[in-house]
Amino acid sequence: MFDTLVAGLIHGNAYALVAVGISLIFGVTHVANFAHGSVFAIGSMTGWWLIAERGWPLWLAIVGVLVVTGVIGLVLNVVAVRPLSKAPPIAALLATVAAALILDNVAQLVFGARVRAFPPALPTNNLQLGGVRFGTSDLVMFGVTIAVMGALAAFLKFGRAGQAIRATAQDPEAALQMGIPVPRIQNLAFVIASALGGLAGVFVGMYTSNISPSSGAAAGLTAFVAATLGGLGSMVGAVLGGFVLGIAEAFGISFWGDGVRDLITFGVLIIVLVLRPGGLLGRSPTITTEPLTGTFNAVGRAIRLKRWQVWLAVAVAAVVIPLLADNYTLTVGSQVAIYAIVAVSMTLISGSAGQITLGQAGPIAVGAYTAAILTAINGWSFWPALLLAGVVSAVVATVLTAPAWRLRGHYVAIATLGIGTVCVAVIRNWDSLTRGAYGISGIPAPSLFGFQIDDAVGLYLLALVVLLITIAVISRIRSSHLGTVLSAVGSDEIAARSAGVRARDYKALAFSVSAFFAGIAGALLAQQYTYIDPTVFNLPMSLLALTIIVLGGMSSPVGAVLGSIVLVGLPELLRITPDVRIIAYGVLLLLILRFRPQGLWVRSAAKRTDPENLSPDGQEPPSEGDSSRLATTLQDDRPVGASS
Amino acid sequence: MTSVLQVRELRRSFGAVTAVDGVTFDIQPGEVVSIIGPNGSGKTSTLNLVSGVLSPDSGSIALAGRRIENATVEQIAEAGLARTFQNGRVFGTLTVAENVEVGAHSTLTALRPLRGLANVPVLRWISLLAELAVALLPTRAARSEQRRLRADVDQQIERFSARLGPRKSDPAYTLSYANRRRTEIARALAPQPLLLLLDEPTAGMNQTETAEVQRQLAALKAAGQTMLLVEHKLDLVMALSDRVLVMDDGAVIADGDPATVRRDPAVIEAYLGRRRERPARADRSDQSDRLEETESRVGETV
Amino acid sequence: MTNTAPLLELSGIEVRYGAALALQDVSLTIRPGEIVSLLGGNASGKSTTMKTILGLVTPKAGTVALDGADITRLSTPKRIAAGIASVPEARRVFPQMTVAENLLTGAYTRRDRQQIAGDVERMYTHFPRLAQRRRQDAGTLSGGEQQMLAFARALMSKPRLICMDEPTMGLSPLFVDKVLDEIARLNAEFGIAVLMVEQQAELALSIAHRGYVLATGRLVLSGDAAELLANPAVQEAYLGRAG
Repeated sequence: MFDTLVAGLIHGNAYALVAVGISLIFGVTHVANFAHGSVFAIGSMTGWWLIAERGWPLWLAIVGVLVVTGVIGLVLNVVAVRPLSKAPPIAALLATVAAALILDNVAQLVFGARVRAFPPALPTNNLQLGGVRFGTSDLVMFGVTIAVMGALAAFLKFGRAGQAIRATAQDPEAALQMGIPVPRIQNLAFVIASALGGLAGVFVGMYTSNISPSSGAAAGLTAFVAATLGGLGSMVGAVLGGFVLGIAEAFGISFWGDGVRDLITFGVLIIVLVLRPGGLLGRSPTITTEPLTGTFNAVGRAIRLKRWQVWLAVAVAAVVIPLLADNYTLTVGSQVAIYAIVAVSMTLISGSAGQITLGQAGPIAVGAYTAAILTAINGWSFWPALLLAGVVSAVVATVLTAPAWRLRGHYVAIATLGIGTVCVAVIRNWDSLTRGAYGISGIPAPSLFGFQIDDAVGLYLLALVVLLITIAVISRIRSSHLGTVLSAVGSDEIAARSAGVRARDYKALAFSVSAFFAGIAGALLAQQYTYIDPTVFNLPMSLLALTIIVLGGMSSPVGAVLGSIVLVGLPELLRITPDVRIIAYGVLLLLILRFRPQGLWVRSAAKRTDPENLSPDGQEPPSEGDSSRLATTLQDDRPVGASS
Repeated sequence: MTSVLQVRELRRSFGAVTAVDGVTFDIQPGEVVSIIGPNGSGKTSTLNLVSGVLSPDSGSIALAGRRIENATVEQIAEAGLARTFQNGRVFGTLTVAENVEVGAHSTLTALRPLRGLANVPVLRWISLLAELAVALLPTRAARSEQRRLRADVDQQIERFSARLGPRKSDPAYTLSYANRRRTEIARALAPQPLLLLLDEPTAGMNQTETAEVQRQLAALKAAGQTMLLVEHKLDLVMALSDRVLVMDDGAVIADGDPATVRRDPAVIEAYLGRRRERPARADRSDQSDRLEETESRVGETV
Repeated sequence: MTNTAPLLELSGIEVRYGAALALQDVSLTIRPGEIVSLLGGNASGKSTTMKTILGLVTPKAGTVALDGADITRLSTPKRIAAGIASVPEARRVFPQMTVAENLLTGAYTRRDRQQIAGDVERMYTHFPRLAQRRRQDAGTLSGGEQQMLAFARALMSKPRLICMDEPTMGLSPLFVDKVLDEIARLNAEFGIAVLMVEQQAELALSIAHRGYVLATGRLVLSGDAAELLANPAVQEAYLGRAG
């Protein structure tokens, strides 16, 4: 009992350090920094390297880690976040996601991917209190954390730069007009936050003794939940959220085992978001009014294919490729088609309805497991299993996201991220149904009219047919009244609601449709692999799906297919190793966000504007003139010449 | 005859500030009522309370006899209220025609089968899935409603045919500010609302454009459209309104026909009194007479 | 006063937002210790002119000079340090910082700690209401008190010119008078030049020495406050009727 509390406090300690950084950055730049977990992991690895490989003493290693992670934070802001400061906040959020992919995989290349033993820098088991053994290490961690938090609080309250940070967080424009160099203050916030993240990385290494470069995603997510729990932007809230979460997890794990960690994390998040959307100490209005829908890419028109072009593409895909390509290429072709199914259906929720989803691997996993369990274990035939995979996936995803659609902006992205994590966590823990971490093997090939579809050509054609059906369904929805309504929701939710459109319901519907097709795609993936386990459906898979549609211009099904060819097909065919490939995704995503936010295959619409835009009324935002008041306006009625 | 809108003792505070403080008024069918008042006087908050964007701390609102103070924005829209926004909010990614089509959403039945279930928890999924099914495989009724919808949309755009006609298929983000506002008005009129709320429909427009909007609104009034208007430009307000409500500091300080409101001492006091107290800068004694003269004339005209 | 060298001088300023022209060939001067009001109707370019002076927008053409030195390319913080202060539209005090902390942010560009502390006390003497509320968060102040805080905050940078964007906006009539009196007093007591953007031309001109009238991005009139008040074209221009 008491040792569980200690474990909770120590984890909470680290979460608080990371969460404070996330909250600090959010406060000053209004960007949800998804790369923060990666900085944490790099802090861990750098600490290990400096102590174990270089033999530095602990204190010097900590200084080294602070410097390294601080510099990374600075670079992160200068390269990924600040260039997008004028773009809608969702662009910067995606840029940090891209940066996270890059940092994680660069760390894997530098430090190696395997788990390392963090050297015991201080005794971990030399003290005893009330029957619980702990070590100097734990005391040092607590002491340092309290000292650091106290110093940070004093700095923000009394320091010249600290006050400037708070002023910038509350009103960046006014801060600039007071002579506060806002860009430099934002750099400072990134440096401080990242150094704190690095410190937390060292501490977690000291506590758990096992570290790896890929630990960042989980730590970052948990800290994100902690920060959201406390209220994004609130430092005290982040500390509180960190400890609440650490203790809740410790007790959950001691009752139900280590596998429930993610479930508790996101369970807590969902409960908080439902009951208190602004977090425990946050001010919800300031956050929920941000227009963070996906309309940042609304500056272009998607390419429309002519009818003959469509038929030509279908003919090439369905006839020419199967005749000419070898088996390897056909397998790659199936992969492309499967990801295209996911991406095309995502254009409905993330493109039309404007809700960025970061957890599409969740519905894919549910679909894959549904089909695998039904066919490999229960002996169902493939076709009903395929359909049911879509249905189960849609239902599960819809139920899990139900509370999310009344939220706005960052919270939707975080909630969908949670869905991905929760689905996989449930699959990993539900051993009796899913065989847990062992995975399911021997998934049988589908058969049609007595013929087994088990060769590369057959599976390719199967995926292609499903893709064509998906495109047809999604295009049909988009061109209907329903599609128009979905776009209206994505474009301006308040205006849509005022026209009687139940925005929340339509977002949920769009998401379930995309989850249905993600489930179908998962079932196809299971057939392809014949073996699946929970590690397949990770965060990079979700991000790959999102990158595909960002590349394709968010709301264009054709763009989604092209995106899938470029991002799934090309790296396979060029035989690029996975870590390098993911770095390339990250770089590509960054470049698109910065230089071609409307997508690669979308024509810029800048040249085609209403000529009346050049009339005076378009010159300045009308807000300036809105304040004309009664007293002056009344003079309209003054007889001409009254004042002369 | 039931009032189209009946507002009683409406109150709403934000923290320590009481934005709307006991507002009471009625709008009869076919009437055009305007709310005027300085910035921060509670006009827009009143509009947001009536349209359901904000919910009141206390008081009641009834639309055609139906209580709506606790209804959602969507339910109020379905009950027959349509609105425009202060700086014009259109759906940027949609074409002009599609913008107007969304405006008619609350009137559709065949394209939204089983929509009666839309307010029921969980069961609302039946209506959502039915709507999805109709989108994929339109019934005959749905197809004919779709055709009727297209015709209605064209008719709404016809109101602004010279301006919006040629741009019917252009996405709204390419429109000029004035055309966005026209699109917004067309969208609000599409469901043939019982009550149309207009939040500064001519803000940021020049004189010609303002005059054009004024003509449109006068035509609407002649056709019997009930309207609630918030506007700064007084000549527009005076020309269009049957009644004018003057708000100050969250409360209605005058309510009457335009001519009466102009003469109301409370209005003059609140908006013009201070100018009489404030002498011009010292070094222009030669003009002070003229200024006084000016001010007294303003007092007369108001 | 008319013969002193200009404190601030804009010449031939042109500003574009995308393709749209927001300011065209705008030239104006502010002399030390002068109150100048900038008038104009909807979308006339008043706020853009103010933003150009503060360095929040960069002009396509033209120069901004302070004391004869070109500051067109200078960042906003450097301009504040050089003696220009801002009272932003709608006051924009930092709501979750105390009155005292708000005053300190105004002195961000200064390094003289001792004198800053002294200046804070001077502000409390000058604005006794603020002294009573020094430990209170600025967000809890009334609109008029926030306006006083915004003035005091601007004064903390020891400016020679304060730019005020609609300082009477959203205030009750009683407070409008107080604010105008306060501006006149700041001008008289501290000798600080004031550039004031106002919708209510008559109010603005009642305390100003001179004024400029903008319409659709161009200067259409300028002159002594009294002349402008008497000019019928002013009525048209600032009501947005010229465009």
